Amino acid sequence: MTNSIAEVKDADVIFVIGSNTTENHPVIGAQMKQAKAQGAKLIVADPRKIDLANDSDVFLQIKPGTNIALLNSMMNVIIEEGLEDKKYIAERTEDYEELVKLVKAYTPEKIGEICEIDPEDIRKAARIYAKGDKSGIYYAMGITQHKKGTHGVMAVSNLALLCGNIGKESAGVNPLRGQNNVQGACDMGGLPADYPGYQKVFKPEIQEKFEKTWNTKLSPKVGLTIPEVIHGAEEGSVNFLYIMGENPMISDPDINHVKKALDNVDFLVVQDIFLTETAERADVVLPAASFAEKEGTFTNSERRIQRVRKAVEAPGEAKPDWVILMDIMNRLGYDKKYSSPSEIMDEIASVTPQYGGISYDRISKIGLQWPCPSKSHPGTKYLHKGVFARGKGLFMPQEYVGSVESVDSEYPYIMTTGRVLYHYHSRSMTGRVEGLNKKAPVSFIEINPATANRLNIEDGEKVKVTSRRGTITTMAKITDIIGEDTVFIPFHYADGAANVLTGTELDPIAKIPELKVTAVRIEKIL
Amino acid sequence: MNIYRSHVLICGGTGCTSSKSDKLQKEFQNLIQKKDLDKEVKVVRTGCFGLCEAGPIVIVYPEGSFYSQIKLEDVEEIVEEHLLKGVVVKRLLYKGAISEEAIKSIYEVDFYKKQERIALKNCGVISPEDIYEYIAFDGYMGLAKALTEMSPEEVIKVVTESGLRGRGGAGFPTGLKWNFAAKATGNEKYVLCNADEGDPGAFMDRSILEGDPHSVIEAMSLAGYAIGSNQGYVYVRAEYPIAVQRLQIAINQAREKGLLGKNILGTGFDFDMEIRLGAGAFVCGEETALIASIEGERGMPRNKPPFPANKGLWQKPSLINNVETYANIPQIMLKGVDWFKSIGTEKSSGTKVFALGGKIENTGLVEIPMGTPLRKVIYDIGGGIPNGKEFKAVQTGGPSGGCITADHLDTPIDFDSLVALGSMMGSGGMIVMDEDNCMVDIARFFLDFTVEESCGKCNPCREGTQRMLEILERITEGKGEVEDIDKLERLAKTIKDTSLCGLGQTAPNPVLSTLKYFRHEYEAHVIDKTCPAGQCKALLDYFITDKCKGCTKCARVCPSSCITGKVKEIHSINNKLCIKCGACMEACPFDAIILK
Amino acid sequence: MDTVIIKINDERVEVPNDFTILQAAKKMGIDIPTLCYDERLESHAACRMCVVEVEGARNLQTSCSLKVADGMEIKTHSERVIQARKDILDLLWANHPNDCLTCEKSGECKLQEYCYKYDVKETTFEGKRKNYEIDDSSPFFYNNQNKCINCGKCVRVCSELQHTNAIGFSERGFNTHVSTPFEIGIDNSVCVSCGNCVSVCPVGALMPKSKEKFRLWETKKVRTTCSYCGVGCQMDLLVKDNKVVGVQPANGPSNNGLLCVKGKFGFNFINHPDRLNKPLIKKDGQFVESSWEEAYGLIVEKVNNIKSEKGSEVFAGFTSARCTNEENYLFQKLFRAGIGTNSVDHCARL
Repeated sequence: MTNSIAEVKDADVIFVIGSNTTENHPVIGAQMKQAKAQGAKLIVADPRKIDLANDSDVFLQIKPGTNIALLNSMMNVIIEEGLEDKKYIAERTEDYEELVKLVKAYTPEKIGEICEIDPEDIRKAARIYAKGDKSGIYYAMGITQHKKGTHGVMAVSNLALLCGNIGKESAGVNPLRGQNNVQGACDMGGLPADYPGYQKVFKPEIQEKFEKTWNTKLSPKVGLTIPEVIHGAEEGSVNFLYIMGENPMISDPDINHVKKALDNVDFLVVQDIFLTETAERADVVLPAASFAEKEGTFTNSERRIQRVRKAVEAPGEAKPDWVILMDIMNRLGYDKKYSSPSEIMDEIASVTPQYGGISYDRISKIGLQWPCPSKSHPGTKYLHKGVFARGKGLFMPQEYVGSVESVDSEYPYIMTTGRVLYHYHSRSMTGRVEGLNKKAPVSFIEINPATANRLNIEDGEKVKVTSRRGTITTMAKITDIIGEDTVFIPFHYADGAANVLTGTELDPIAKIPELKVTAVRIEKIL
Repeated sequence: MNIYRSHVLICGGTGCTSSKSDKLQKEFQNLIQKKDLDKEVKVVRTGCFGLCEAGPIVIVYPEGSFYSQIKLEDVEEIVEEHLLKGVVVKRLLYKGAISEEAIKSIYEVDFYKKQERIALKNCGVISPEDIYEYIAFDGYMGLAKALTEMSPEEVIKVVTESGLRGRGGAGFPTGLKWNFAAKATGNEKYVLCNADEGDPGAFMDRSILEGDPHSVIEAMSLAGYAIGSNQGYVYVRAEYPIAVQRLQIAINQAREKGLLGKNILGTGFDFDMEIRLGAGAFVCGEETALIASIEGERGMPRNKPPFPANKGLWQKPSLINNVETYANIPQIMLKGVDWFKSIGTEKSSGTKVFALGGKIENTGLVEIPMGTPLRKVIYDIGGGIPNGKEFKAVQTGGPSGGCITADHLDTPIDFDSLVALGSMMGSGGMIVMDEDNCMVDIARFFLDFTVEESCGKCNPCREGTQRMLEILERITEGKGEVEDIDKLERLAKTIKDTSLCGLGQTAPNPVLSTLKYFRHEYEAHVIDKTCPAGQCKALLDYFITDKCKGCTKCARVCPSSCITGKVKEIHSINNKLCIKCGACMEACPFDAIILK
Repeated sequence: MDTVIIKINDERVEVPNDFTILQAAKKMGIDIPTLCYDERLESHAACRMCVVEVEGARNLQTSCSLKVADGMEIKTHSERVIQARKDILDLLWANHPNDCLTCEKSGECKLQEYCYKYDVKETTFEGKRKNYEIDDSSPFFYNNQNKCINCGKCVRVCSELQHTNAIGFSERGFNTHVSTPFEIGIDNSVCVSCGNCVSVCPVGALMPKSKEKFRLWETKKVRTTCSYCGVGCQMDLLVKDNKVVGVQPANGPSNNGLLCVKGKFGFNFINHPDRLNKPLIKKDGQFVESSWEEAYGLIVEKVNNIKSEKGSEVFAGFTSARCTNEENYLFQKLFRAGIGTNSVDHCARL
C-alpha cells in the first residue's frame, strides 16, 4: 500500500476494485464503512455484488477480466471532461500524452459493452473518483490474478496519477495483502530475482555486497518462480524441493498438475504445523512452531513491521522455523549462528535499506513502516510524498486484452475464485476451528438464480463443475450476488477444490496465474 | 361572496368527533338544504371549543347560542326552531348559558368569559380546512410583514422582546433559542415543531393543530426566515389523525397559495415543511429524542450539550419549539411587543393554555393570562369541585410536575411561581384532586406512567423508576415499611440528579412533591397501615352497614366464609379472615357493604 | 490548539479546549469510573457512572460528554457524586444475577470492580429482574441478557465501527435489551461473528464460548500480530497453562481495537491434536516418526548428493508468506548462500 490503513477513514472517495474487502480484510472493510458513514463516496467494481456494493454510490458489476478496460474508460471520461489534475500531471509525471492517446478509444459506450455494465455508471464512477480531493484505490487479487495482472496494476496507477492521488494522505494505490506476511516475504527476498529489499540478484554490485556480508559465493542467475518450479519438477529439471509453510496442493492452479510435479521430484521437504495435503506427499516433514510459539516480526499491508511474540511452547519437538533453517544451514556447512530473531533482524537491517532503521527495541510497542532507512527515521506513513522514488511518476498506458480463457459452447460460464470470511487460504488452520467450520462447512459454487433455473439446479444440490483441466463436485448456492454468466467458487476446500479447475496460464511479467478467469461448465448430478 | 344570515359552527375537535360531530354536520347540511336554507345558513366544522365536557358542541351565530351535548335527533329541532323560526331551543343550551332565564352567548359563559385567547384564538372560530378563513382573520399578515418590512434580526428582536417563553415545558426564552439557532454556523438549518404532546390529559397542541394549523405553518416560516432555514418538520404523534390530516391539508393549501415553497410572497424566501409521524413514545417529546426519531433512529435522547441549536437534526443547527409556542408568534409579529407584554406577568408574558381535568366541573382547555391565580382557574373557570367535595391538591406539569395544595391556591400561575412551589408549568396539564384522592396512589400512578415511558437508555431512569414504582406499589398494598420512605426519597434525588434527559430528571417530582406536602399520608400507609383517602384497597376493610336486610347473598358468595349472620338480620364480616376480594360488595343488592 | 484552565478537585490544570472533563481528569491521573465509555465511539452518556459535580450546573454532569470550558470548577469525588455512583451500582446490581462465584467474567467485570471500589456490598432493592433466554445460537459466543447492564457498547461498536448493525436495542424502559431484529438469534442475523461486541462488553453478557475454564487473573497476556490476513491487527493472546485460551483485540495502528472472526475466535488450531510434533520420514510410503538428527541428516545427505550430482540449479524452495521476516530471510539465505540457487519463491501471487 502506498498509504496507511488508518488513512482509510479520512478518504473522500474509496474505489474498491477486485477486492471483497469485508470478507478478506474485514477490519479494513469496517474502516471503509466508517469512512462511508462519515460522508466518503464509495465506488465498487467487482463481478460479484459483494457486501460493500450495498453501501456503494456506484457499483460496477464487471465481467471478470475486464478491469483494464474499465480503468481506461474511466480515464477516458476524466480526460474528456477535463477532470484530471493538470498541475500534478505537469509537475510530477511523465508520458501523459501517451495515456491520452491510448484511452481515447475507450469510450464508456464501447467499454460498457465489454464490461457488461451501463456506460453512465462508468461516467458516474469516473466523476466521483476525479472530483474527490483524497481518492484512494484499494485492490486485491481481482486485479492481479490475470494474464495481464501487471498491466492491471499499471492501469490502476495511471488512474491515480491522472488525478494526483499518489503521494497524498488518505489517497494512493493500495493493494491489500492477503496473507499476514506476504509483504515481508517479498521484502526479505523470497523472490527469485531479489535479495532482501528488492536488490536484484543479477546486479554485480549487489551480488558483491551480499557475497561480502554473507561471506560466500552467490549466483547472479535469476531463479525460478513457483509455476516454473512446478513445471520444472514435472519435467525433471527440478529435483529437490523444500516447501516451508505453503500448501500448493490447494492454493496453486491446476492441482492435478501440481500433484504430478510434487510426486516427480527426487526429494521433497515440507515444513509446516500440520500434515497438509502437500506435506502428505513429502519425503521428510519437519514440525514447525506456530506464530504463537515463536518470536519474530510480520510486515503488514501498509509496510508496518510488527512484533510476533511467543506465548506458549511449541507442541512436542516442533521448533520455530528460524531454528530449523539455521540448523540445516549450519549442517550444510554455512556456519552462522543466531541466538534470537532479534539478532536476525539486526542482520536484515544491515543489508536491507528499507529496514535499515528497524530493531526490536524500536518496534516493541508500535511497529514502524518502511522505508525506515536509519535508526532515527520515524518510518513512512505514505509513499511518494513530494517526489516519486524514480523522480517522476510514469504513465504506463496499457491496452485491454481479453482473458486467455474464453467461453465456448462446451465451457459456457466464467468461473472466478476467492475466499470467504470464515476461512483462510488452504484451511489448514481455520479448518481446525470448530466454529469457523460450522459457519462455512463445505465448498460451494455461487450460481445466479436464472442460470440455476436454466440448468434445473436447486439450492444446496450437488453439482459437477468441469474445466478444460479437471472436474470437481461441489454444492450449488443459488444467489443473485453473481451475474448470469459467471460463477464463483472459494478455493479453500480440498474437497471440491476450485484449483483443480484453474489454469496455469501466467502473467509473463509477474508470473501470476490467471486464477480469476476459468471457463467451466456446470452439470446436474443425475 | 355570499352573505349568510346565520352560521352553525360544529366542533370538529377529537373529543366531539368521537361523539359523532361529523354526523351532526351532515345532518345539519342535509336538513338545511331540505328547508332550502342553504343560501342563508352556513355550516362550518371548526376546531375544538375547549369545553369538552359539553361536547358535542354546536354554536349558532349571530346569537352565539351555545348548544351542548347535541344528539343527531336534536338537529331537526334546532333547524326547525332556531334557524327557521328564530327561536332558541332552550332545552338544548349549555346549562351555564342560561341564568335567571336570560340566555347568554358563548362568550358570556363563565368558562369563556374569563379566558384570554391568543394561541387558541381561531380554535372554534374558523374552519381549519379553509386557508381563506385563516387569512380573513389576519392570517399570514405577520409573515408578510416580516418578509417585506423586517430583517431576520428584527424578527428575532421582536420575539426576544416579547418575553415569550417556551410553552412545552421548561419555559426557556424563545427569542434566545431563535438567536442561538440564527448564530449557529451551518449551510443547512432546520425548523422543527414539537407536536409530540404526551402529558396525560394535555391536548392543547392537538387542538391548535386541529383548529388552527396555519398559525403553526406561519410561525415556522417566520422562524425559518429568522434563523436562515428553508426546511421545517412537524413531528406529530400518529395517534392524532385529525391533527395530521388538517395540518397536511393546510400545508398543501399554503403551498398552493405560494405561502410555502419557493419564493414566498415573491420575496425570494424559500421555506417548505413536512410532517413526520411519531409512534407515541412519550420520550419523543424530549427534543433530542424527537430529533433522533425524525432521523429514523430509535427515539432515545442524546446528551446535551451539544444543544440542537448547534447540532440538531442530522447534526445541523436546528430550532425546535412546541406547537403552542409557535401559535403565539404570528400575533406577536402583527400586534407587537407591547401588546403581548401587556398580558401576563413581568417574567412570563402572554397566556398559557391549560388542560383542566380530574375532579373538576368543567373539564377542557382554558387559556388564561400568565399570573392568573389558581383559585380563579379552578373555581371561576373550572366551576369548582363536583359533588361538594373538598379540594385537596392540583397536579401541574403532568408526570414531570408536582402537586400544589390548598394553601397555595392564590398563587399567580407563571413559570417561576410553579417551580418555586416544587412543581412546573410543563405543557399545561392541570389535574385537580379532591379529598378522595390518595396522594401516594397519585404518585404511584405517575411513576407507573414514567416507568412505561422510560426509553431505557440511562441507568437511573430505566432501573430507578422501576424500583420507585415497586416501593410505591408496596406502600399502597400495605406492605410498605418505614425505611421505604427514606429509600424512596434517596432514590428520587439520585434519579433527578443523574438522569440523562428531562424525563428522568423530572420523573421523581410527583413523589418528591407529594412527600413534601403529604408525608403524613405516606406515614399512615406504612405505620398505621391505613389509607386516609380510602383509595388503597389493600388497606381498607369491608363493613356491613345497617342497610343490610339479611338476605344472606354476601355470606353465600364469600369464598373465605368470613361473613356470618342470621336470615333477615344484619350480617357482619370477620376482618381477620377476610381476603378483601370484594365479592360480597358486588353481590349485595342493598349497597349495605362499604370499604373503610 | 487552544487551551483552557480548569480546576478539578481544587487543582488547576491547563488542557486543550476540545477535551472532555473525563480526558482532563485522566490527564491528571484521576480515575473516573465509566461503563459505557469507549474513546472510539460517540459519547453515549447512558451509564451515568462518570457523573461529576460542575460548579453552577443544576444536575450532575457526565464527564464523558461535557467539554471543558475556561474557568470550570469540577469535583470528581464529592460526597454527592459518590452517593450517586453508589446508587447507580445498587440499581444495576438489583437487576443482575448475583453469581460472581461462577461467572466467567469474574475478575474483569466492570460492575464487580466498581461495586468493590465503591463499597456497594449488596443491593438494597428488591423487585422485578430480567429473565431472558440465553441466545447461544452463535458458534462463537453467548448473549446472556440477564447480565447485561445496557451500556450499549456492543450495539455501538456493531453500528459505529463494524457497521454491521446486527444487534440493537429492543423494547423500551425496564425491558430494554440487546438483541437481533425480531429476536431471530445471532446466528440467523447479519452478524459476521467479528466478536468486537464481545470484546467491549464490560460484564458477562456477551461471552466467548470457551473450550477452557479460566479466570483472567490466571492468564498472562501476550501482545502479538494476528497471523491471518495482511491487515496486521494487534492482539493479546490470553495464555493459561501453556495454552492460548482467548484473544483480545489491542489498539494497533491498523485495527484500532477491532478484529475479525478469524482473529478473535480462530485460535484453537494452535492447541489442535493434529499438530505435528515430531519430524516424519517417509519409509516405504509410510510416515515414520524420527529424531531431528535423523531428519536433518537425511536432508543434508540428499542435498549434498543431488548437488554433487546435478549442481545447484535443480534445487528450489518455497518460502512462506505465513512465516516471520526473520524466517523468510533465513530461508532465502539458506538457498542462496547455503545451496547456491536463487530459485526461492513464495505464494505472493495466490
